[in-house]
Amino acid sequence: MMNKLNFLKPDRKNLNTYLYSGSFLFFIAIFDVFLSSFFKINITSFLPNLVSFLLPLILGILGLHLIRIEFSGIKNLDLLNKNINTNNFNATLTLIIIFAIIKSIAPVTSWFFIDANIAGDTKEACTGSGACWTYIKIWLRRFIYGMYPNELQWRINISFILLIALAFVGYFPSEKLRKFLTLYYVAIYPIIAFILIYYLISGGTFGLVWVETGAWGGLSLTFIVSFFCLIFCFPVGMFLALGRRSQLPTVRYISVGFIEFWRGVPLITVLFMSSVMFPMFLPEDFFMDKLVRVIIAISLFEAAYVAEVIRGGLQALPRGQYDAAKSLGMGYWKMHIFVILPQALKLVIPGIANTFLALVKDTPLIFVVGLLELVGMLNLAKTNPEWLGFAMEGYVFAAIIFWIICYAMSKYSYNLELKYKTDR
Amino acid sequence: MNSKVRKIIPQLITLLAVILIFGFFTFNAQINMDNRGIEFGFGFLSQESSFDVQFSLIDYDGSHSYARAYLVGLLNTLLVAFIGIIISTILGVIVGIARLSPNYLIERSAAFYVEFFRNIPLLLQIFFWYFAALRALPLPQNADSIFGVFYLTIKGLFVPRLVWENLDIFFYSLIAAVISIIVIRNYARKIQENQGKQLPVFSISIGLLIILPLLAFLTGVVSLGVEVPVLEQIATTSFIYKGGLGIPPELIALTLALSLYTATFIAECVRAGIQGISKGQKEAAASIGLTPNQILKLVIMPQALRIIIPPTTNQYLNLTKNSSLAAAIAYPDLVLVFAGTALMQTGRAIEIVSITMLTYLSISLAISLLMNWYNKKIAIKEK
Repeated sequence: MMNKLNFLKPDRKNLNTYLYSGSFLFFIAIFDVFLSSFFKINITSFLPNLVSFLLPLILGILGLHLIRIEFSGIKNLDLLNKNINTNNFNATLTLIIIFAIIKSIAPVTSWFFIDANIAGDTKEACTGSGACWTYIKIWLRRFIYGMYPNELQWRINISFILLIALAFVGYFPSEKLRKFLTLYYVAIYPIIAFILIYYLISGGTFGLVWVETGAWGGLSLTFIVSFFCLIFCFPVGMFLALGRRSQLPTVRYISVGFIEFWRGVPLITVLFMSSVMFPMFLPEDFFMDKLVRVIIAISLFEAAYVAEVIRGGLQALPRGQYDAAKSLGMGYWKMHIFVILPQALKLVIPGIANTFLALVKDTPLIFVVGLLELVGMLNLAKTNPEWLGFAMEGYVFAAIIFWIICYAMSKYSYNLELKYKTDR
Repeated sequence: MNSKVRKIIPQLITLLAVILIFGFFTFNAQINMDNRGIEFGFGFLSQESSFDVQFSLIDYDGSHSYARAYLVGLLNTLLVAFIGIIISTILGVIVGIARLSPNYLIERSAAFYVEFFRNIPLLLQIFFWYFAALRALPLPQNADSIFGVFYLTIKGLFVPRLVWENLDIFFYSLIAAVISIIVIRNYARKIQENQGKQLPVFSISIGLLIILPLLAFLTGVVSLGVEVPVLEQIATTSFIYKGGLGIPPELIALTLALSLYTATFIAECVRAGIQGISKGQKEAAASIGLTPNQILKLVIMPQALRIIIPPTTNQYLNLTKNSSLAAAIAYPDLVLVFAGTALMQTGRAIEIVSITMLTYLSISLAISLLMNWYNKKIAIKEK
């Protein structure tokens, strides 16, 4: 029996007719875009420009309209309709996204891989129209270690490996030592880290050649700056948060003023302050290294943000915890160290992780005081007369590295959030 | 007595420490300035600046004062912040809603956008747009026009300039429209509270906004002309666009990067806000017979806005502060003009850095006060 076809409202009768004609139109549309993107062939070139341009979209919408059959009984079709094809508007957006993906695959892959070069040591080796990864290959050492002398770079490697290894110590202590973990991370670890970096990377003693901080740079400097700022801003932020919630008016107002001041100004002016204004505030014969000034400035800046995050955790604790601690006769410090802070800090771990993420993303700003971490090194390499014209490769490279670091951190903080969410 | 002392002593110690630190700094600053023969003061602001600024909203050249240079920088900063806030809000709301779309592809693309742009440092993005993407644009003489009037070149975007006659009258008509809309809205609310009738306020407002300015045109008092940029040769290989409005590439790169970056955060705020409204609200509204549009307008949005506004305000503040990264690509904002060039010329580090910081501080405070006021206005009014 042949049912009457109603193309305005496809239904289950004549299912196959709708299905076949719809998929045919849809695949014609995809095929057209595919050909024009990968092989630069326009099969509809006989039509007027605008019509030829819009034809795949129109065909696709018609096709998707035809296969939009409610309760078709075919599982995959229903799933498809439910997810990407609920109405004409949705179908249009779906098509635009699919076309955009197909259109962008060809140029992106050819730039990244097919037409790209990585062989050779000079600019002349880059003959393709795509990326010149030779540039990245040759400059890689500079991008990672900055101007640090090549033959001394093992010092940076060893100290980083040691620091990472020492950070994992917390995972395997015996029960007896476990209570000293906090002390280890808050006090001992930073001191070890400082000693390592001071004596190993900076050198100057034990027969190691001294390398001035001006030569430090690249990705390793990004890590050093973020690492120290992370260590310093946490305790400062904690005291500021406690100060802001203090009963004592003077302490509270000073904390509020401090926090709001740093939160109200951009980091770049803070760095300006550390480089041009701060030396005016120090005794004349007192010299403070540029890197140290920068680390202090960023730490104070981030401490204000950490303080607000921790304050959120302190506010989220129920009053009962304070009352219970006080009723046991605990004083202010005892109450905070043993009752309040352990609970509050656990609540704010994700928030702090987010602040650290922002901190890592802010490190490139230290270029304003002349310290060249990864992005700064890129700008330096870009202006090298032998390697002009590869800005794009450099920025793409840095973007990939930063993206991996930041994405991993944000996923980690998200996992922490899930982990600690159900605890209370 | 004992408890009183225990309260006073820590406060005294803190106060003393702060005073000591500040005193130490001022003391050193005094000595350092004496040694360099600088007198602390803001008199330099009225001196002639004798440097030029590439892009300025007000008349400015080297013969103007440092105060005027400061104003130029401030206006440029505000311009970037203003455009950035508008674009990032529009983009952020669209992406935030797209992240809740039932369409799998749309939801994934929005998520990809957010995860991609959020995890790359802003400075890197600004550099990318300025040094890599915009440098790939054609020279002025090779540029193809977009719709015949826009030219996107390596020297910037050239758009037609609107030439107004009697702009003030047009402006008054707009103000009159806004005032009458407010009056009508209050009247409609009264009607609704007293008689339960709903007036089509939205359509009336749109109508007024169009009709009143249109009247100003029709009566012939206000006229609008368009000045299209035209390519002109000034030397054998040098071309420029005459007429029209030139938007420098620095401004484009900066607004693009700032908007794309901040929009990801705003999108997350919007998503969280809409997700924060329980499903029951929507169902309850539907069950008393509201249409989907009314549900969105009267039930979902007023509640969602309450969750969305505070974090979005924070993002606006961040955008404004981040606009200071302009200095990295030589867009003449407050930091570059004032804390950069002016500081270099005068050597007055303390005064200039303090003024710059205080300016940002007041912008931040002003935005947060404004938003707090708005937030209070839309907060739940418990009767």
